[in-house]
Amino acid sequence: MALLEVEDLRVHFKTDDGVVKAVDGISYSVDAGQTLGIVGESGSGKSVSSMTVMGLTRAKNATITGSIRFDGKELLTASEDELRAVRGGPISMIFQDPLSSLHPMYKIGKQLVEAVRTHQDVSKARALDRAVEMLGLVGIPEPRRRADSYPHEFSGGMRQRVMIAMALCNDPKLLIADEPTTALDVTVQAQILDLLEKLKRELDTAIVLITHDLGVVAEVTDDIAVMYAGRIVEKAHRDDIFAAPEHPYTWGLLRSIPRLDSPRDEELVPIPGRPPSLINPPSGCSFHPRCPYVREAHTRVDPLLEAVPGAAGHEVACLLPPATRRALWAELSTGADPEAAKAVATAAGAGSGTGSVRREEEAS
Amino acid sequence: MGTYILRRLLWTVVLLFFVTALTFLIFNVLPTADPAKLRAGRNQTPETVAAIRDQLNLDDPFLTRFFSYLGDLLFHFDFGTSVLNDEPVRPLIFEALPNTLMLVLGAAVVWFVIGVVIGTISAVKRGSILDRVAMTTALVAISAPVYWLGLVALYLFSSDLGVLGLFPAAGTYDASRGVFTSISSLFLPWLVLAAAFSAIYARLLRSNLLETMSEDYIRTARAKGLKERTVVFKHGLRSAITPIITVLGLDIGILLGGAILTESVFGIPGIGRLSFDAIQRNDIDIVQGATLFLALGVCTMSLLVDVLYAFLDPRVRY
Repeated sequence: MALLEVEDLRVHFKTDDGVVKAVDGISYSVDAGQTLGIVGESGSGKSVSSMTVMGLTRAKNATITGSIRFDGKELLTASEDELRAVRGGPISMIFQDPLSSLHPMYKIGKQLVEAVRTHQDVSKARALDRAVEMLGLVGIPEPRRRADSYPHEFSGGMRQRVMIAMALCNDPKLLIADEPTTALDVTVQAQILDLLEKLKRELDTAIVLITHDLGVVAEVTDDIAVMYAGRIVEKAHRDDIFAAPEHPYTWGLLRSIPRLDSPRDEELVPIPGRPPSLINPPSGCSFHPRCPYVREAHTRVDPLLEAVPGAAGHEVACLLPPATRRALWAELSTGADPEAAKAVATAAGAGSGTGSVRREEEAS
Repeated sequence: MGTYILRRLLWTVVLLFFVTALTFLIFNVLPTADPAKLRAGRNQTPETVAAIRDQLNLDDPFLTRFFSYLGDLLFHFDFGTSVLNDEPVRPLIFEALPNTLMLVLGAAVVWFVIGVVIGTISAVKRGSILDRVAMTTALVAISAPVYWLGLVALYLFSSDLGVLGLFPAAGTYDASRGVFTSISSLFLPWLVLAAAFSAIYARLLRSNLLETMSEDYIRTARAKGLKERTVVFKHGLRSAITPIITVLGLDIGILLGGAILTESVFGIPGIGRLSFDAIQRNDIDIVQGATLFLALGVCTMSLLVDVLYAFLDPRVRY
């Protein structure tokens, strides 16, 4: 049994403008000691889905359905008291901006002691010992002295280390890291990722790493889920995502990362258009308005997340026939632009695939 | 910190000098009545008036008179003499000061507590009936003039003419009975003076707390598994209340110069009442003394608040 199992999770918010379908039916699971990367643009629902695991999106205007099982226990229907016992205990979380995520008016030590004593019945002195131990573990020099400092007396990277120490002080089984490196310098980013990697190895903590940066997940994750408009559009082992991506959106993400090993004159290709409205999502495949390979049927048929033939554990929600997708990526990965790739793929006669095409026909 | 306080104290002295100069200028260059004539009594002759002018050095040049006033103030702590009953101003002010202090500090406690409690409830229960009722009441309380509110309060609650007769009547406050024995006479004035301030503080705290509760560190506090009560009171209120302490200090400072309306309606012999009477009678030296006190109050409290702020918010350094 997986440590965390999310099934058909939907988080909808009623607003004055309509219902925002922030998360619209996602499923994933994380095993103990495993790292899952969730990648997507802002507004793809990646943060909302993980906040929901912690029960932090519960509100009057929120409708949450599906299932979130942690260690076999259902969290969606858990009472607020039960959830509180989980938050900061077995599941803990770190956030994007370490400056604003620590209370500016309390000393670091005090904030960590509070975290310890919320879940462990220990004296303040014992809790402080634990806090200092964790600060040392995450690489804060002179932890006992620094526990007496305020957050503004730390640099950005050090603050994120403090956040991580706070998240780890109750030996969580699962750490949810929501864009943990986005607000940091690149060099500091690498340090924080190394730290997460080291902690995962030493403490056997499962990690859900949420980011918009494929470069970040490439370094530390086992599996990757790509989210678009509140859904998972592709899910696979990290190596498969980078070597044989199946979804046009994933192609777009990959081709918009600068790489050292690509030819110097190769241009980065941005994904055209903007993320779709979550109130009135596009009909059919929600990526179709931005997809260079869109066909008429794609505006009507909503693709399901399906296994990629011949690739274990690789799932994709795309209406293009698998053979076409492979032909397209073969062209794109050599640096061809989408138009050229399309021409080659069509010429190769790869249009007659299986699976998705059958559904296209059924729909028309 | 030490040098900061020193610099602020020097500035306070400079400021007080200018306040003194300005009030002296206003009341001496633009006189509303001749002080000598005011003092000369009912059956005055030009001779007595001239004698008084001479005695008060009123014919000296402006600057000479100003520096003589300043000298008395600095070296003898002498605020001059009331022109009407020939009493020195200093004891008048010092007799009135404890009464104003009692009124203002008591009211400040009342409005701070009411403001914080109502503001917090309103913020936590935002959009509820409770919130709407509280904020509408606050709007009424801010809009109601103090003298009107005072008279209504007396009409409803004072023991002599009130419908309910819960509190001692106006004019029963008598400091000579000892400040603490006549404290019940202050209940009604406290409530009246505190009404508008409570409303302002409640609205201020409500909006501060709402803003704070959407901060990232509140999300962190929740993610730690803290009880919502702890999140609001320990993490939210701690940040939301800090700016309000600044406002509180300044408001107290201003009121130390006298809560003129409240003191007048309830017959409390404080600095406000003293200045009110003095202004009506053109008793220049008293007005000047009271104005100086007001300036001193504001300067002291704002310095105190700034120093206090450094302790309340560790990010502030001087």
